[in-house]
Amino acid sequence: MATPRRRVVITGLGTVNPLGLSCEEYWRGLVNGQSGIALLTSFDTSQFKVKFGGEVKNFNPEAYFDKVSVRKVDRFTQFALVAAEEAIRDSGIDFGREDPFRCGCILGSGIGGLKEFELGHETLLSKGPTRVNPFVIPKMIVNSAAGNISIRYGLRGPNTTVSTACSSAAHAIADACTAIRCGYADVMITGGSEAAVTPMGLAGFIACRALSERNEDPAGASRPFDKDRDGFVLSEGAGILVLEEYEHAKARNANIYAEICGIGNTADAYHITQPHEEGLGAAEAMRAAIRDAGWNPDEVQYINAHGTSTPLGDVAETKAIKIVFGDHARKLMISSTKSMIGHLLGASGGAEAVACALSIRHGVLHPTINLHRPDIECGCDLDYIPNVAREVRVKKVLSNSFGFGGHNCCLALGAV
Amino acid sequence: MDNGSHPEGCNVIDKQAIETRVIELISEHFNTPKDNIKRSTTFQGGGQAGADDIGADSLDVVEFIMELEDEFDIQIPDTDAEKIRTVGDVIDYIIGKLEERKNQEQ
Repeated sequence: MATPRRRVVITGLGTVNPLGLSCEEYWRGLVNGQSGIALLTSFDTSQFKVKFGGEVKNFNPEAYFDKVSVRKVDRFTQFALVAAEEAIRDSGIDFGREDPFRCGCILGSGIGGLKEFELGHETLLSKGPTRVNPFVIPKMIVNSAAGNISIRYGLRGPNTTVSTACSSAAHAIADACTAIRCGYADVMITGGSEAAVTPMGLAGFIACRALSERNEDPAGASRPFDKDRDGFVLSEGAGILVLEEYEHAKARNANIYAEICGIGNTADAYHITQPHEEGLGAAEAMRAAIRDAGWNPDEVQYINAHGTSTPLGDVAETKAIKIVFGDHARKLMISSTKSMIGHLLGASGGAEAVACALSIRHGVLHPTINLHRPDIECGCDLDYIPNVAREVRVKKVLSNSFGFGGHNCCLALGAV
Repeated sequence: MDNGSHPEGCNVIDKQAIETRVIELISEHFNTPKDNIKRSTTFQGGGQAGADDIGADSLDVVEFIMELEDEFDIQIPDTDAEKIRTVGDVIDYIIGKLEERKNQEQ
């Protein structure tokens, strides 16, 4: 007889993002349909075609860690450390009582320490190679956040970093889940972190024509599935989860938000930035996650969409949902967290998994804001929970994340 | 920038001012109270940070040496930097460098 698969549950949540510095602030903003998007303040945008984005506001890492520790890590690692601290506190886990080799950390980041790279490069050009700071490399490397979390909490189990652009955090959660399922670990810190709201990050995404240019109305710029959408909104932040093997969580009487029931990973194998027109890879990722969870497609109640607000992406995702669910697509509730927080790139799947866990916990689905004229001509005619949150208990949900490169990840989350 | 030397025309280096400034820089850089920083305090003693040791690692020291180079407008070759163990070593080294430069200027 086959051994039953080890189940993986979420026992802690943490985030910093444009809506707040904690899950409490984040959730309040989401259910109230608030936008965290505004004109950028951290650098001069006068030369940039796009002048707004989703900055983490009033972030003061020295309120959490001493100033020398703060100085030695890039902003994306600071976000990860602060969100991890919240998630670990929320989980109630005491790593002092755990086998350190059974506790690990797998995080996602699309870009890593971009600000640090920019500052280092500026020094290289203006002052020469001998003046480059010794911490440039340890601060900018994309695995710096996972490394620093392991050091802070003494986690000696599996520790890696996943970089699949905008699906990085979702893939990290999938890998962390797999590590627990396969018996490589019992507790994993996972999710993602990103801090690419920098001159190079903004210039680069403007150059590849990915961003909304709605400078006159930043809060209305991220409008997934709306006819007037014109691109995504560049944002920053972190979304971190504590995953735990189910029996391990039960044994310590942990507070369980939800279970990670299924994972679906695919690639479009099509284009480096554009989604497959028919949503081929996205559809198969959803199917695979549903299959992995052992569900029937018509049991799924809610999809937290990738929903970036790009002209092509939202159409392809809707097509994919219709391919997978057929008639049931019309009964599904779908919403886009990015309508409120913008696109956290490699952290987005983390912040969105946090939102899904909170939706299951509170029996409320957050809306897709700025959705006034659904893009019906392009097929965006499903129930995207426009503008107002909905009180409804959901037990089976999907969270979609798709990344440049054609990476697709779908997580199936279920109530326990 | 106050580099601890006397105004132009005076041939003496103000050693006390340099010591005070170096200790200020160490205190800021390593977030250590000035009272804990003695001439005998080591940078990388390997133990816990405290009265006898700053608790730095090798990268911390490289970064701090670069800060000293900027502050006093001097060059500290790696071969010299490797010999610096204590706060006193840093102070004496900088005084030596500034005196050397003063002598060359005359």
